[in-house]
Amino acid sequence: MYSQGLIGADGTTEETEEFLAAFQARIDREEKIEPNDPMPEGYRKTLIRQIGQHAHSEIVGMLPEGNWITRAPSLRRKAALLAKVQDEGGHGLYLYSAAETLGVSREQMTEELLSGKAKYSSIFNYPTPTWADMGTIGWLVDGAAIMNQIPLCRCSYGPYARAMIRVCKEESFHQRQGYELLISLCNGTKEQKDMAQDSINRWWWPSLMMFGPHDADSSHSEQSMKWKIKRFSNDELRQKFIDATVPQAEYLGLTVPDPDLKWNPEKNNGKGGYDHGEINWVEFWQVVKGHGQMNRDRIKARKKAWNDGEWVRDAALAHAEKRAARQTAQAAE
Amino acid sequence: MLRSPMLKNGLRVKPHKLQNREEKMSKETPLWEVFIRPRNGLSHKHCGSLHAADEVMALQAARDTYTRRGEGLSIWVVPSKSIFASDPDQAAENFEPGVDKVYRHPTFYDIPEEVGHM
Ligand SMILES: [Fe+2]
Ligand SMILES: [Fe+2]
Repeated sequence: MYSQGLIGADGTTEETEEFLAAFQARIDREEKIEPNDPMPEGYRKTLIRQIGQHAHSEIVGMLPEGNWITRAPSLRRKAALLAKVQDEGGHGLYLYSAAETLGVSREQMTEELLSGKAKYSSIFNYPTPTWADMGTIGWLVDGAAIMNQIPLCRCSYGPYARAMIRVCKEESFHQRQGYELLISLCNGTKEQKDMAQDSINRWWWPSLMMFGPHDADSSHSEQSMKWKIKRFSNDELRQKFIDATVPQAEYLGLTVPDPDLKWNPEKNNGKGGYDHGEINWVEFWQVVKGHGQMNRDRIKARKKAWNDGEWVRDAALAHAEKRAARQTAQAAE
Repeated sequence: MLRSPMLKNGLRVKPHKLQNREEKMSKETPLWEVFIRPRNGLSHKHCGSLHAADEVMALQAARDTYTRRGEGLSIWVVPSKSIFASDPDQAAENFEPGVDKVYRHPTFYDIPEEVGHM
């Protein structure tokens, strides 16, 4: 998902200066690049990596919430959660097909996810032990996703930009249902409000990590900005997210777990914004490299789904082949 | 057979109606569906169909038929016989389930105005 999508991207490219300049001129004119257009190999590879990892994030992202569907406390909440998880599955599919326009197959992308070669957003490697997590995920995790995805609607690659427009239209309810859930908890008993606070304590920092490494440490960002694959830097988006969500936490009567958080009127060219404490980058890289709390379970769940579904895929293909053969035989009669 | 409606994952599939015609008269010039990208950045949109012997002639005919006044930047042609459609008689059972699920829309959730846009 999102700014972490560039992790592991290889933007090296070997085209002539003229070719690259002509391509850059198209980008600078805000022209969309389409599948059959000439494009630098580095642009194609970067997009395959980013869109593929974005797709994987949507699919793996169904797991932490899917975990709670059967235990939702009311029909209203169950319907909302079910609809949200269903949407995430759809987002994964839109994105896989956008990546496929660049010449990579669905099977190849799936294999790379299962082998660990391709990544997905670090956020989904945290557990969801309480019901309040369903609220916090909608509010913060989908909120961060929206922050990242809105500029992607203007990405230079047409199929990705169009998929993002569709996704963004559907995301809004995800964030609202989460925040609404937290409002009910915060208007409830002390135990319920404590549960909400505990959940924010656990999700706040991992949500900030969703925007990816610091700009200074984000090795592929510069080329991607030039190619208009991304429009804002990781730190810019993270700042926007903090400035938007801190007042929303205050409205709930909850605090974010950052003792260094402080309003700074000078920030954002005098518009004001929040200074914040340092992110634990050691934890971030550990989770990205596969050593988070839930990495093994997530991949295990995806492998199981893939393996258990094998006979269904095989049977469907065999059936289609049999029908085609029968039709050919009938036509020959 | 293609001509009879088939059940596929509970969704009845119908061949494109013009495809039926074509199958009956196999000597006829094949039919193509034309899709045009009206502007840079937009997706291709169906705009009509035409007859042509092969894909090269189909593209030329599509250009002459559908883009005489700057209607587009790119053309796709697809053999009509490759298009399968959902059965219109089944529209209610296909699409009504999507209508009554108000909880799929952002306005279903109450967010106080003080919180701002979300
Ligand atoms: Fe999503
Ligand atoms: Fe979402």
